[in-house]
Amino acid sequence: MKDAVREFLTTNFSEFLVQEENFRDLQSFTIKADGLISIIEGFLANDQLAVNHLSDVTAVDWLDHPEEEKGRFEVIFNLYSIKNRHRFLLKVRLPADNPTIPTLTEHFAGANWTEREVFDLFGVVFEGHPELTKILTPDDLEGHPLRRDFPLTYEVPHFSWNKDLPPEVIK
Amino acid sequence: MEQRSAARGDQVTTTTGETKTVTINMGPQHPSTHGVLRVVVELDGERVISAKPVVGYLHTGIEKTMESKLYHLALPCTDRMDYLNPMGNNLCYSLAVEKLMEIEVPEKVKYARVCLAELTRVNSHLVWLGTHALDLGAMSMLLYAFRERELIVDIYEACGGQRMMTSYIRIGGLAYDLPKDFDKKVRNVVNTIRKRMVDYETLLTNNQIFINRTKGVAVISAEDAINWSLSGPLLRGSGVNYDVRKAQPYSGYEKFDFEVPLGKHGDAYDRYLIRLTEIRQSLRICEQALDGMPEGPYRAHVPGVVLPPKEDVLFKMESMIFHFKIITEGFKAPTGTVYQAVESPKGELGMMITGDGTNKPRRVRVRPPSFINLASLAKLAEGGLFSDVVCAIGSIDIVLGEVDR
Repeated sequence: MKDAVREFLTTNFSEFLVQEENFRDLQSFTIKADGLISIIEGFLANDQLAVNHLSDVTAVDWLDHPEEEKGRFEVIFNLYSIKNRHRFLLKVRLPADNPTIPTLTEHFAGANWTEREVFDLFGVVFEGHPELTKILTPDDLEGHPLRRDFPLTYEVPHFSWNKDLPPEVIK
Repeated sequence: MEQRSAARGDQVTTTTGETKTVTINMGPQHPSTHGVLRVVVELDGERVISAKPVVGYLHTGIEKTMESKLYHLALPCTDRMDYLNPMGNNLCYSLAVEKLMEIEVPEKVKYARVCLAELTRVNSHLVWLGTHALDLGAMSMLLYAFRERELIVDIYEACGGQRMMTSYIRIGGLAYDLPKDFDKKVRNVVNTIRKRMVDYETLLTNNQIFINRTKGVAVISAEDAINWSLSGPLLRGSGVNYDVRKAQPYSGYEKFDFEVPLGKHGDAYDRYLIRLTEIRQSLRICEQALDGMPEGPYRAHVPGVVLPPKEDVLFKMESMIFHFKIITEGFKAPTGTVYQAVESPKGELGMMITGDGTNKPRRVRVRPPSFINLASLAKLAEGGLFSDVVCAIGSIDIVLGEVDR
């Protein structure tokens, strides 16, 4: 199956393909952001590969790491073929300022919440998403917690003995 | 059934003659939402026009916390996500780190892990069965289910000293050796639950009230289920044969003989039957694991990565040095991304761990089955009756600790 997926991508979408990796037996392709929609549509139209399950959408922040020069944010689409029992990743590198990527909600209904989560926690904007709002963090929280420059903090809980003190956040 | 569908066509007419819809909040404090889940329901009389789940009330930033910890110190965070499936979460994280560090564990560890993971599946399904039946009005089922669950948490306590947040399955093996009477205890549980399954069937499977509440309710077709990225009993209830244990075996599941039940109609009743059958199959796997359990060490011998057994630390110089080094500075993982999926009771639980050459993970992504399955509530509840929203939430089987992480 690995060869079939590779062949499909190299013959049809070689202009979008950046790199293939096989780390610990997990096939992953780094592609360009503008080729994402056509590649996904190509997979959905191909009955032999039968890649129809978008298991997950997530991201990695490569701030302050040698990998950062390829693009700070790495958005990962986890695709699975139930018929062929094959899993592979599609990775897209996005720059640090204004990371945007087209949405997959028109092709996969399940992408709705996972993309919202990536938007909420990383600040990656999915263009064309029907409802791109916060999903996990509170409405009054500023910033995107899973970015590496977002500090880990501890907020002192309020009890009866300190209820009159101002809120205290320890970094 | 005809009467029900007729009721679905009704519209509310106000005194002035115009039709109106009502939007109400269900939750976050509501007994049938199994935690703090809010559902914004738009109603036309008793009919649901749209249901929108709102989550995030339990968000504690577990993924962020795990990024700031050494690899082996991040393990206890995993228990606290799906607290009904602690062993399964430990197993998934351990397998992912073992894949990243290329650790091969002893055979005994594999069998013990399978046995514990299946007991955990029974545990989670029992709690689901009790609470789901309670939502639909069968009070006594809850008491029976928790009585049986007690036997399983007793085994956890004997193994790891904890009843819920076990952290028993560790990177490279187990925290301690299995207790001496493990075999006897598990067989006792298997036999007891197998006998009592007959009682559950008598109570629910042919119960006309239960059938009326679940048959033809919260239906999702196979195409929609795949399109919504569902997994677990929710996907198999629609007839899609996808079980991670069969599709991509881990921890030696390929050696076990078990069946994957599939549904036909994709409704709440099919999911109930599937989970009941899964309990039976899990008990079968437990017995096979006990029969085939080999002798051997309970932890892999990988100096510098896996903690040496405690009894060695006290008497051997090298073990003590490695123990000290791992506890204080951990181990360095290579740069790269691994993905490990396991079949949790809720569906496909995945851990995507990205190493970056340091002793802490760059990113730990949990693919939460409850979170992704819960998104489909909008689809399941649409067009049904308001009381069926409760049935739909129950049949998805969510744990809010995992939804919000």
